[in-house]
Amino acid sequence: MAEQEAPPNRLPIAQPMDADSLRRLMQAIPFARFLGVTGALDDGGRIVAQMPFAEQLIGNARLPALHGGTIGAFLEMTAIAQLIADMAEPGIPKTIDITIDYLRSGRPRDTFARAVVAKHGRRIANVRVEAWQEDPARPIATAHGHFLLPGGSDAETPTDQA
Amino acid sequence: MSDGGEAERPKVIGEMIGENKHMLLAAIPFAVAVGMEVVDVGPARATLRLPWREDLVGNPETGVLHGGIITALIDNAFGTATVCALTTLTSVATLDLRIDYLKPAKPGLAVIVEAECYRMTRSIAFLRGLAHHGDRDDAIAHSVATFMVGANRAGGPRPPAAARKEQAHG
Repeated sequence: MAEQEAPPNRLPIAQPMDADSLRRLMQAIPFARFLGVTGALDDGGRIVAQMPFAEQLIGNARLPALHGGTIGAFLEMTAIAQLIADMAEPGIPKTIDITIDYLRSGRPRDTFARAVVAKHGRRIANVRVEAWQEDPARPIATAHGHFLLPGGSDAETPTDQA
Repeated sequence: MSDGGEAERPKVIGEMIGENKHMLLAAIPFAVAVGMEVVDVGPARATLRLPWREDLVGNPETGVLHGGIITALIDNAFGTATVCALTTLTSVATLDLRIDYLKPAKPGLAVIVEAECYRMTRSIAFLRGLAHHGDRDDAIAHSVATFMVGANRAGGPRPPAAARKEQAHG
């Protein structure tokens, strides 16, 4: 499938997603750019997102530790990017809810994340996502969330009022 | 969870900080970088505000703020409310945070988060809060969280039992 003719300001979504279209998607999301988030694809075609360390991501200057909010935002971004990559049609899923568990403090270094779509329904997807720093086996945070899928949306659903 | 001690409650930071409330964010580089502001604090509660900014948007087509920045604002407001429930300044860290997105934020408008620490034990704070544009009956997001209090030993070895006991009474 060819990439959509993206009008200005529309997020560029290509399917199937490749390294280049993933890079363009992340670049087009202002807050992803603010956090410096980029993404690569692993051998299985799964997204490995990266949030490079930057001083402005610090939440506790004394430890120092990354701001919990930056980790939460990074997890949510990774979940949505993986969903977009997995969807049959281009579109942007909307977060219904997300629950983040913080396991270790985020050190001042690069952070990585990977998401698994646990259930991809017609209207709703459930996604689990994990962030780590030096060792993928020692996650610093995990999250799971529900996302409203484009196309299958329901006018009654509050997140769809935009 | 039975550490009561309501008899003579010492003053908490939220009622002592007064005009210095802006100091609560000054030492948090990320809060400064995205433009968070302290609107109001009180005992065990904090209200934060984040003006809309183009570089915090999730979808450039709609101009709606990224859910992640609202998560960060809520997380920060919860941390501030936790500190406002303490008698001495102590590091706090999020254990878990759940956010329900009730409706999208409106482009161009500041987001306000009202956070309340409704229960504090020796080591855990329980929080709830709402994000809105000024009308709490028309909320953007609802959230609950737990925080660990006295988290500043993270990364180091656990303190010996004697020190932990002392801290628990501190």
